[in-house]
Formats: sequence, C-alpha cells, structure tokens
Amino acid sequence: MRLRRLLPALALTACSGVQTPLEPWGVQAGLIAQLTWLLFGGGAAIFALVLGLLAFAVLAPARLRRAFASRRFVLLGGIAFPAVTLAVLLAHSMGISRALVLPETERPLRIEVIGRQYWWEVRYPDTGEGPGDMAVTANEIHLPVGREVELLLSSGDVIHSLWLPNLQGKLDMIPGRVNRMRLRADRPGTLRGQCTEFCGLQHALMAFWAVVQEPAEFDAWLARQQAPVPPPRTAEQARGMQVFGEAGCGACHAVRGTAWQGRLGPDLSRIGSRLSLGAGLHEVHRATLAGWIAGTQDIKPGNSMPAYGRTLSGEDLLALAAWLEALR
Amino acid sequence: MDTNPPRAATDLPNPLPRPEAELAALEAVWESPRGWRRITEINNNFIGPLFVGTALLFFLLAGLLALVIRAQLAWPGLTLVDPATYNQLFTMHGTVMMFLFAVPAVEAVAIALLPAMLGARELPFPRLGAYAYLIYAIGGLSFYCSIFFGIAPDGGWFMYPPLTSKENSPGVNTDMYLLGIGFIEISAIAGAIELIVGILRCRAPGMTLGRMPIFAWAMLVFAAMVIFAFPAVIVASTLLELERAFDWPFFLPERGGDPLLWQHLFWFFGHPEVYVIFLPAAGMVSMIVPAMARTPLVAHSLVVLALVGTGFLSFGLWVHHMYTTGIPALSLAFFAAAGFAVSIPSGLQVFAWIATFAAAPRRIRFDTPTLFILGFLFIFVLGGLTGVMVSVTPFDWQAHDTYFIVAHLHYVLIGGMVFPLLGALYYWAPTLGRPLSERLGKWAFWLLFLGTNVTFFPMHISGLAGMPRRIYTYPAGFGLEVWNAVSSAGAAMAAAGAAVLLLDVAKNFRLGGEQSSPWRAGTLEWVTNTNYGPRSIPRVRDRYPLWSEPGLAKEVEAGGHYLPFTATGRRETLITSPAEAEPQYVAVLPGVGWGHVVAAIGTAGFFLSLTGEFLIEAALFFALALGGILAWLWQGSDPGPLPPREADIGGGIVVPTYATGAVSTASWAMVCLMLVQGTAYACLLGSYLFLWLVNGDAMWPPPGQGLPVAGFGLAALGFYAAGAASLQAAARLLAGRSPWPHRLALALAALLLLAGTAADGWALWQGGVRPSLHAYGAASWALFAWQGMHAAIALLMAGYTLARSLARLLDAERRQAMDVTRLFWIYTAGQGAVGLALLHLFPRLLA
Repeated sequence: MRLRRLLPALALTACSGVQTPLEPWGVQAGLIAQLTWLLFGGGAAIFALVLGLLAFAVLAPARLRRAFASRRFVLLGGIAFPAVTLAVLLAHSMGISRALVLPETERPLRIEVIGRQYWWEVRYPDTGEGPGDMAVTANEIHLPVGREVELLLSSGDVIHSLWLPNLQGKLDMIPGRVNRMRLRADRPGTLRGQCTEFCGLQHALMAFWAVVQEPAEFDAWLARQQAPVPPPRTAEQARGMQVFGEAGCGACHAVRGTAWQGRLGPDLSRIGSRLSLGAGLHEVHRATLAGWIAGTQDIKPGNSMPAYGRTLSGEDLLALAAWLEALR
Repeated sequence: MDTNPPRAATDLPNPLPRPEAELAALEAVWESPRGWRRITEINNNFIGPLFVGTALLFFLLAGLLALVIRAQLAWPGLTLVDPATYNQLFTMHGTVMMFLFAVPAVEAVAIALLPAMLGARELPFPRLGAYAYLIYAIGGLSFYCSIFFGIAPDGGWFMYPPLTSKENSPGVNTDMYLLGIGFIEISAIAGAIELIVGILRCRAPGMTLGRMPIFAWAMLVFAAMVIFAFPAVIVASTLLELERAFDWPFFLPERGGDPLLWQHLFWFFGHPEVYVIFLPAAGMVSMIVPAMARTPLVAHSLVVLALVGTGFLSFGLWVHHMYTTGIPALSLAFFAAAGFAVSIPSGLQVFAWIATFAAAPRRIRFDTPTLFILGFLFIFVLGGLTGVMVSVTPFDWQAHDTYFIVAHLHYVLIGGMVFPLLGALYYWAPTLGRPLSERLGKWAFWLLFLGTNVTFFPMHISGLAGMPRRIYTYPAGFGLEVWNAVSSAGAAMAAAGAAVLLLDVAKNFRLGGEQSSPWRAGTLEWVTNTNYGPRSIPRVRDRYPLWSEPGLAKEVEAGGHYLPFTATGRRETLITSPAEAEPQYVAVLPGVGWGHVVAAIGTAGFFLSLTGEFLIEAALFFALALGGILAWLWQGSDPGPLPPREADIGGGIVVPTYATGAVSTASWAMVCLMLVQGTAYACLLGSYLFLWLVNGDAMWPPPGQGLPVAGFGLAALGFYAAGAASLQAAARLLAGRSPWPHRLALALAALLLLAGTAADGWALWQGGVRPSLHAYGAASWALFAWQGMHAAIALLMAGYTLARSLARLLDAERRQAMDVTRLFWIYTAGQGAVGLALLHLFPRLLA
C-alpha cells in the first residue's frame, strides 16, 4: 500500500524524548509515578500471597492445609485484610489527587489547546486578544521551565484527550466544555504527547511535541510567534509565496503579516521552525513539506487537507516548500 | 456425608416400580420434531446447547478479528489493513465479544443447565427463550457480516458522540451498531426475565433459597442486573439514533446537548456489564470447585452475600470510565471508594475457593476443569489487582485509554469469564452428552493459559511506555516494538489453544446419549436428564442432595419422586413458591411451533431494514414479527384449565394444574417487564434533568421555545386516569354473566388512553416545544415518544384481550390476557402521569 512510503519518516520522529509516566519531568507526574511504584509493589506482594495460599491449598498435605478450610479464613483474607489495605490506599490516593489539582500559583501561564481532527491548535491567550493577535502555533506546546502552566483544553469537533505523560495525567477535550490542567515542567528538553481518546480515522497519527525551554529562550520564542514573517530572501521563496496565494492555501492557513488568515488548518507562521509536520508525523524540511502538500491524503488519509500533487507543478511545489521552510 | 440410609421403594412419594405407560406418555409429550422441523423446538435441552454453541462461535469469530489486530500491531508501521478497516476491526472485536459472546454465553449456559440444576423440567417461558435465541443468532450473524462489506461500526464499542453523530459519521456503520446491538439487548432482557421467574418459581420442592445452588444465585443476580442496567444502553442508543435520524440534539453542545450525557448512560450500563459477565462465571466456579474438591463450598452464605453485594455496588461505579472527563476530584473520590468496595466481594469469593480447595478430603486431581479454575484464579487475581490500581484516580489519569487498560480488561474478562466458561464446558459436557477429551483439554488449557499471559502481560508495559489504545500503528524508537511483537506471538499461541478446543468439541462432543457423572458431584444436574428433564422431581433437603442421599439419583431416574408423569398430557413443569419452594401448581407449557420462528425472522429483518433505511421492507418485517408473536400467544399462551383440574404429584401432595392472577408465572414476568420499563423511563427522566443541569434555569426552556400548555396536560392526566379506571372495571366485569359490559369497558379504556396520549402530545406542540431546535425540546419529545410507544403497546394488548373475549377464550377463570394487560396498563398510566408532572411542573418551578 501507498502508506508504506511514510514508514522511514515514522521512524525518524522518534529521535528524542520518551512518552512515559514512569520518567517524570515535573512535580505532578512525579507524584503519580511514586504512587504507581507503590501500587506495583503492593500489588505484586498481594498477588504472590494469594497465589501462594492457593498453591498451598491445592498442593500441601491435607493435615496442613485444613487450617485454611474455614469461614474465619475467608472472613480474614476476604474482608478484613482488603478493607484495611484499601482504606489506607484510599486516604493516601485522595491526598495525591488533591495535590494534583490544587493550583500552586494564582497566575499561571495560560495556554489554550484545541483538539481538532487530527491536530492540535495551541494558543497563548496572555499575549493578545484574538487568534490573529496572540501567539498561535500547532502540534507543539512550548513551556517555560519551572513555571506553573494552566492548559485550557477544548475541542473543535469530537472528543479528544491530551496526554503528556511525563508531566501530568491525561484530560479530555470535550466539545462545549473547557477542562483545565495544571502542570509544571522542571527540566528543559523535548517530550512527546498524544491523543488518547479515539477521535476517528487518524486517531493513531495525532501526536505533538512539548518543548520545555529556559524562560528567556521561551520569551524569545513567544515574541517571534507574534511577529510578522520575514520577507522571502530568494527568488524561489518569492515564487513559493506566490504559489501559496494562487493555490488558495490562505483560505485555511494563517501566515502572520500577510493577508492570509485562514483558521481551519494550522497556523503556518513559523512552520519552518517546528519539530513536526502532520501532528508528530514527520520532521519539517523541504522534502517532507513538499511530500505532505502533494500527497497528504496518501500519508494521512482522511485528514482535512486536500492533496495538491496533481494541481501543482513539481517546480511550484518545491518553491512553496522552500518558502514554508524559511518561515522560522 | 452418607447420612441417610437408602429408602425402601415403597417409602418414596411415588411407589416403584412405575407403570410402563407413564414413561412412554412422558416421552411422547416431550418428543422433539426431527430433521429441519427441529427449528421449531423450544426445549431448553435443545435450545440451551445450541445457544452455548452459537455464543462460542461468536467467541471464535471475534477472536479472529483480534488476530488481525495483533498482526497489524506486531511491528511499527505495518500496513496489513488500512485505518478505516482497523477501526472497524477493533470496534467489532469489542462489540461482538461483549454483546454477542460474553452476555449470551452465560445466559446460554443457564438455559442449558438451570432447569436440571433446579430439578425442573423446563423454564417457565420456553418459547420466549427460543425467540430470544433466534433473534440473537440471526441478528448477530447478520451484524457480524457487516465487516465484510465495510459497513461495520467504526466508532469503538462505546460509540462516543459527537464522533458518532451524523455530521462526523454519516455512514450506516453507526446505525448498524445502534439498531443491530439495540435489539440484541432485547434478547438479553427477555432471557433475564425467563431466568428470574424460572429461578424463583421452578425449583424442586424443598430447595429453599438457602439450599439453592450458587450458580442459580449468580444467575438471579445476573438477571436482576440485566434488568436494571441494559435499559440504560437501550435508551442511550435510542437517543443517539433519534439524533442521527431526526436531528434531535441530545449530544450536540451547540444546541444545548452534551456529549457527556451519552457517557453517563452508556457506563451506567457498561460498568455493571462487567459484573454481569463475571458473576455467572463466579457462580460456575463455585459449583466446580466443591465438585473437584469433593467437599461443600466453604462460607456458602458469605459467597451468596458477595454475589448480591457485587450486584448492588456495581451500579455505583460507572464514573470509573470517566475519570479523565474533568469531573471534580472530590466526586471522583466517592467513585474510587466504590471501586475499592466492589473488589472486596470478589476477593472474598477467591478466599472461599481457596478455603474449599484446602478442605478437600483427598488430594486434588488436576483434571481439565480444575486446571481451568486454577488458571482462572491466576489471571483473575492479577486482573483484579490492576483493577484496584486503575480505580486509584491519579494512576488512572495516566493509565486510562492506554494499553495498560487493554491488559487489565483482558485479564479480568478472559480470566474472570472465559476460563471459567471453558472449565464449565469440560466440567458439564457429560451432563449434556459425550464428555470431551482430557488430553486435548489439557493441551487447550496450557496453550490458552500461556498464550493469554504472553499476549496481555506485556501490554501493561507497552501501556506505561506510552502506547494509547485504538491506534492502528505506532512509531518505532519508543521502546514499543518488543512488547508488541511478544503480544502478537502470544496471540498466535492462544489461537492455537482455541483451535485445539474447537477440534476437541468437533471430534468428541455429541449431544444426548448416555450421560455420565465423572466428578461425582452433589447437585441435581448430575441426575440423568433428557428432553423432559429428570424422570421425577425430588424433594431437596440439602445443598448437595446427591451427596447427602446417595440413592437419590437412582430413585429419581426410576420415577420414584414427584410428578413422574404428565398430568394433563401436555408439557409441564412444577411451579413452587419463591422462598420455601413448596409446590403450588403444575404449569402447562407451550410445545413446538412456528410462531416464535416467524417472529424472530421478522424482528431481525425489521431492525436490519431500518439500518439501511429500507422503510417498506421494515414495515413488512414488522408486520411479520407482530403476526408471529400474536400467533404464538394466541395458540400457546393460557390454554385454560385442562382436565384433570388437580394432580396428585406424589406423597399426598395435590396441586392444581392451572393458575391465574398473582401466583401465575405470567404475572411475575409482567412485573419484571415493568421494572425494565421503569428503569428505562428513569433513564429518560434522568437525561432530561441532566440536560437541564448542563443548560441552567435560564435556558430551560430556551428563548424561542415555550412551556407545554397546562390545560391539555391536565386533560391528558384526566384521560389517563379515567382510562386506567375503565380498564380496572373491565377486569372486574370479566366475572359478570354477560361478556358485553367487559368488552365495552375495554373499548372505552382504549379510547380514553388514545385521547390522553393525543392531549399529552398536543400540549407540547401547542406550547411551542420543538424537538430539533434545542435539547430542551428533544428531551421533552423523547419522554413523550416513549410514552406514546407504551400507549401503542397497551392498545395492542387491549385489542388482543378483546379478540380473546370475542373468540370466547377469555372468562372469569381463563383470564391471563386480561391480567397482564391490566398490569401493563396501570404502569403506562402511571408513567404518563410522571411524565406530565415533569414536563409541565418542573420548568414552571424554575421560572
């Protein structure tokens, strides 16, 4: 099948960052990881105990195993023991639940994440009023290290769920509602996250990267997202920009500082500097950009973007990709 | 254990030897049609094993889908199937396993075994059971075939809107689920009613609730849970189908709906569903363990308590599946506590089984059933412990919707249900026909046991390594490759086990013939059982009658106990009182017939035509179904008193051979049905109130919509009340000399109900309530539509009663049609009054 072409690309995206709750990078995931190990230890011990009792009841000589053949054994093992264990566990886990949802600060950095089939729109509402003004990006969440962040999660179509396991548990994005998630990343680097509520045909290919940056670096990044894009520097890039207009890309995509302000698809203002294309699918460079524009329905069938492989000439396609790559 | 000395042949309720003609008559009455006419047979000894076989077929079919899934996921980026097919595959795998395998399988085992276990000839409504089986088999196979045409459901077995709304899923795939599965739920409910009445009313004399086998207890709790849980998913499916077909916005937030309403309704069914599947399996284990250990179950009454407790607690757990929807942490703590609490009864049963093994007088032999039980304990205890983990809220925020959950649920369901079921297959096969092979059985066990663990244990790890559920591929380089490859290899191993099992059944199992009792168990199903059930029905004095009275099986088989004959020359079973099981009457049962077959074909055809929007075909099939049902009722139900009016069943016990009114099983079934209807209506009322909560007072009604007109509402209330009174009068007038006052009262009641329903709906329309503009209107009209459907059924029942009266098949004594109509009518009128109160008073209170 045609899908086979993208396999090497799938492998490429996996070069940095892991996606697991067992390697916490922040305080919230840290609390859950501790609890997880406690549950594993306790669970393994109880499993060994119960299976040991079973083996004893089945294999031991009758005079020894008779000791367990009583109602009292059932009451002790089946009611008293779990009741005490579970009561302790409940109290402990409630404490952790509270710590996970309690805010640390009154004014966290707010980030809106909107789930769409099958990509993520990311907005920084503290930086401006409307989507044309505030910093907007896609499939990538930039976070300052050490600062508490509140993610405002909503959906543009069906239910999605945002999971960034190294930082926090998942939370659903439900049409008509806004869910709030607090988290804090304590070390810089790149993490992978993914949609965990089945959202349709390409649910499997709906990932994103979280980029944790030093505060100064983050501020600079944020400012760059709001600035107009640089003018084309080569003739090819200029031609690419022209193709962008002629092909009607601006009806769905926005580019800062131009007349193109479409909001149906990802904002492309700084596409060249992003880590991924197609929601965590490819690295971003000329070749992948051209391939995506030409064959998006082969690479990720069912996504909202039409394929332009037949409408654009090879030259125009490469020019367009060159311009987009230069939007950094 | 051998406490009682053997009785002399003359001390038995019916002295031995029995006259030869007696057995011949019994055999003639219960004889099955041969050849293709066998399809008209309704006997549980035929339908039961067929039902079990069909359920196991669906197990294999759904397993095949899983093998494709595992092949696709064996390595990153494989393209064995395209994404659209993959989504259908996992949706169908879950749906078929849950709806077409797990629930029907346990119901099937009950239909096959319960009559024998209870010492009954048959369950009280064999035709209903056969009808339930047929719609399940026909509908289920058609539903399964949708995958070959690419029109299988693809929204996950949980079908969350708005992904499944018309806009996002325009194809028939979703309708296939909503209609296809919806009516199979009806089959499950029909089976549940049959089981409840059967367990409570068809036990052998002296089998008090305290002496009833644990499996019967488990099935009683199972059936009660079906009655209270399944209506929620029927209501949810109905609402979503109304939204898709008529644009009534229950789940669309832009018009006041809420996607979470679906999740509450679905999981109110879906969580109890897990225990609906597990409890019968636990009941089987509680039967097999004592037999294999040759000692009574330790802590019997605690185990019963655990079953009942699980039934109650499981209804407080549905939010477990919604931890990540943003529900406040404090309310989640309540549900976490409930989740912990429900693990206690399961743990208690595990300890009771361990204690029973420990009590074995001799060494345990590792026969195949024992192996399956031990394998069950290993897998189920592990799954239970991960279950406690995922009810810990913060952990679930990480684990939810990852492969950790896939691992957990397969451990619970395969461990908690499949292994006991397969153990049961090997254990009980000798009571139904030829036993299975011990050698092949052990091969099947080890392949399945190792295969299950090799498949699913690594999924705990891949889940925590970041792999979400329901993805058709995953990237390389995240450490997922190894675990997935191992899982796929394990799946192949489990498939080999299933193949060995299939081979064993195909090669060795034959229905009927010489029955044996290789485990020398103590309960009644091990008495020789044929078409007519046991030759005679014993008095039960103990939980394990075959152990405490070693001669009992022989006496029963020789016909020395109760009712060794047919009293009326028809198929019969003995009806006893619900708690103490004292004989009350001999119920005449319907025999073979075509009515239920025609009705089943019609029902399945109706729903499948609706799926494809073939409306004319749907109408024809509906007529066929209705005709079949009416024909079956007309011919077989309420045959009236037959000679002799009383029967001496032995031991000086004389009981009537006919009953009507509150003592009859028909009335009991109607009360069960009213509970189903009431639960469904409560779900609708709850949906209305939930949508109000979401929208707030100011939007209830929203601008542009009004309140139902009070005057018409009051009129409707009056009509409903007058109609119910008139029907009551009709029931009383049946005792009169002339049939005409009764008939007139019946007709008047029908007119009044019709007028009430019209006024009820007119009040909404005149008040400016419109179903497609806003959830307010949609919820209001849904309540009315439900009421209208009940009114239509009530009218149909009145018409039937009238026809019975005109045909002189209804009188002061032979009055079953009148009695059940009366019960349903009173329910309908009451439901109408509650609906009117909510629709008219509630929004006015807000203003």
